Amino acid sequence: MKRYLFLILLVSALLVVACAPVDLNASVPVYETGIDPNAWVTVPAGEFLAGQHSKPTMIDYDYEIMVTDVTVAQYVEFLNAGLGDGTLKVSDDQIVGFYPGDEFHSGRHEMEITAQDYIYVPLNDPSSRFDFDGSAFTVKPGYENHPMANVSWFGARGYCLYYDYRLPTELEWEKAARGTDGRAYPWGWELARNNANFYTSRDPFEDMSSFGSRTTPVGFYNGKTYDGYVTLDSASPYGLYDMAGNVWQWTANIYEQMHYRFMRGGSKDTYDNDLRVWVRSNATPTYYGPGVGFRCLRTP
Amino acid sequence: MQFIKERFNYLFKSTKGLILVAIAMIAMVTALFGMLSGPMAEMGIREVIVRIFGMKLLPAEREGRIIILYHSIAMAVIAIEVYMVTGLLKMKEFYRIAVRILITVGYFLVMIFGLIFAYWGHVWIFHGIYIAGLSLIFFAGVLLCVALWPWDKDYYIQDKDYSRTKKGVDIERMAFFATAVTTVVSSFFGAVPGSYFGNGFEVVLAENIVRFPEKSVLQYSIIGHLHIMLALISIMITLIIGRWLDFKGILHKIAMPLIILGTIVLNLGVWGVATPLEPIAHTIIYVGATPAMLGALMLVIYGWDRFIREGIAGIPKPTFWQKIKALGSDPLRFGPLWQMVFMNFNVSGIGILFAVRLDEIFRVWPASEERIELTGHWHVLAAIVATIILLYYGDLIGLKGKTRKLYGWGIIILSDIAFASVTIFELKRLFISEAVQQPLVNNLMYMIDFGLGMLLVILAIVMVWRLLDLFRKKGRWTEELKQTDLSAEVK
Repeated sequence: MKRYLFLILLVSALLVVACAPVDLNASVPVYETGIDPNAWVTVPAGEFLAGQHSKPTMIDYDYEIMVTDVTVAQYVEFLNAGLGDGTLKVSDDQIVGFYPGDEFHSGRHEMEITAQDYIYVPLNDPSSRFDFDGSAFTVKPGYENHPMANVSWFGARGYCLYYDYRLPTELEWEKAARGTDGRAYPWGWELARNNANFYTSRDPFEDMSSFGSRTTPVGFYNGKTYDGYVTLDSASPYGLYDMAGNVWQWTANIYEQMHYRFMRGGSKDTYDNDLRVWVRSNATPTYYGPGVGFRCLRTP
Repeated sequence: MQFIKERFNYLFKSTKGLILVAIAMIAMVTALFGMLSGPMAEMGIREVIVRIFGMKLLPAEREGRIIILYHSIAMAVIAIEVYMVTGLLKMKEFYRIAVRILITVGYFLVMIFGLIFAYWGHVWIFHGIYIAGLSLIFFAGVLLCVALWPWDKDYYIQDKDYSRTKKGVDIERMAFFATAVTTVVSSFFGAVPGSYFGNGFEVVLAENIVRFPEKSVLQYSIIGHLHIMLALISIMITLIIGRWLDFKGILHKIAMPLIILGTIVLNLGVWGVATPLEPIAHTIIYVGATPAMLGALMLVIYGWDRFIREGIAGIPKPTFWQKIKALGSDPLRFGPLWQMVFMNFNVSGIGILFAVRLDEIFRVWPASEERIELTGHWHVLAAIVATIILLYYGDLIGLKGKTRKLYGWGIIILSDIAFASVTIFELKRLFISEAVQQPLVNNLMYMIDFGLGMLLVILAIVMVWRLLDLFRKKGRWTEELKQTDLSAEVK
């Protein structure tokens, strides 16, 4: 009987530990990376090797893409502007915006996306990195230069369109990430723990005993050393940062018979194999999570 | 020389020796390649292993590596089942020997050359030998079907306790035959797309394409192949355990036709996914899975009822607890049937929940979450089959007394802790958000690692014991050398 009692106590103790609350507002290290979130680079027209099997693929136009993910500070500025000019609305516990809908093809498992308001970001979600006092948005201290996460595909698209940009297509995203030589990661062919922010990458923002992995500031992996933590310069051939890990990035494509939207790059919550540049994930466009963000693209 | 010859004869000519070799091969592969992913990768052990063994893990080749690794382990598991079938069922000696030689050579070639090709650089000659190994296993399967032909009068039975036709055709043998034939056909179902994608070096993992509304016939074949092969391996081990436990009586008479019907319909449904029948294929699969699972349920009822009866024999008015004690008195016999029941909570039940609430729940989550559910689902089913084999193996090697109980309960409890934790991990999004999940994930990982880790320790102890035993002149192996006919050991 004593043995059973011991087992029951052990399992109970494990469950208690498992249910211990996570402090999502635990203090966050603040580092200035020196990478400008307002910077853009040009990806020239031309052929590149796309996908896992490196298929030669042509993109016959130049385009400019953001050097980093959209940051919390940038998105908060958009939220304030959009709320002020009526582009965005508060609805229940959400910020919503209008979307004109998709053509419906009655595909298997396809969900109809009609013209209506859709969620951009949730309010009162403890994992969001901004606050809202009922009239204005502010960034939670320390997260200004972190990638904006917890944003739906509608919210990502809405941001880009607001400034006359757009989301990159999957191919545009991939070319910007890997250049033309068919590499597996933005920085080359192999991955080390200090190349990117992924699950158990042991960066200074991670505590696997409590809140787990957190986002790192955009451009964090640029070869600098932060309080003794040495990073490798992990820019893509065109100079983009965070094209692998940190947050998944929404892309623009809308595929026939599917309501899912695709994302690229892997995140702080995924194993390293998801950081390979050709790996795709997807979710419903209303989905938001602490590991999903985006960046924008513009054509000259 | 005589020393080596005798051991070789035991390891490669006796039923129990062949099973031991296959289990040892799987254990070594699992121990080595298990260090390349999951917690071992998190802890940095993968980097050490890759460096020590000089592995070449190119990122673009990951999916291909995984496919070859799965096949290497699966072929050894199928070999074990074939050794058991050829040891339990009557057949002509020529076929027994031929099937065993072919499948042994086959899985060795698959395992050795496949894994070298996948993990140590692409030497295409090795890939060719890997394919040759798979072909030998296919041919062994064809020969096994011939050997199991149930309408051969030599195999007719007269005992009315067993399921049979009026003429005496053994319906249980028919079930083995049906499972073997459908396995051979279904392997073809994987070989065709495997060959196609393999030649173009464009591997596809099923879990990465499930959400695409339009899939090619060959992509459907891959999804169907992996599902049906796991199902057939499970059905075959159910039949093996039934034979070992001398399944008979009225439940046997009902169960065997149900398993045959279920197996055939299930296969038709799965093959149907690559045909115009695809829209209704899932319905056909459900129709087939139900009788097959009912047949397994009858085996469980038969076995548990028998264990209780045997355990309480001599007790005038047995209490409920005495019956429970009787049921679990021999974990090696109770375990396989319990694992079949437990599988319903961890695999079948979850699978049905997925199917019923797919769009409302599971497809609202990101694809990466669905991938965790799918791969967890398949891994648990495969691992449950492995534990059933290990439990039966414990009996085959004559474990007795406390060792038998420790080994048996160890495998049952440790594996079930791990499997239950995997199931909670798969479904965690139902009750916890991504932002606050880490402590739960940590604890589940501890339980999974503890369960599987300790189970591997038990297996390692058995393997070391068997290795040391081989150096003894009159070791256990000398007895096992004479015990080729497993039907003499049915319980």
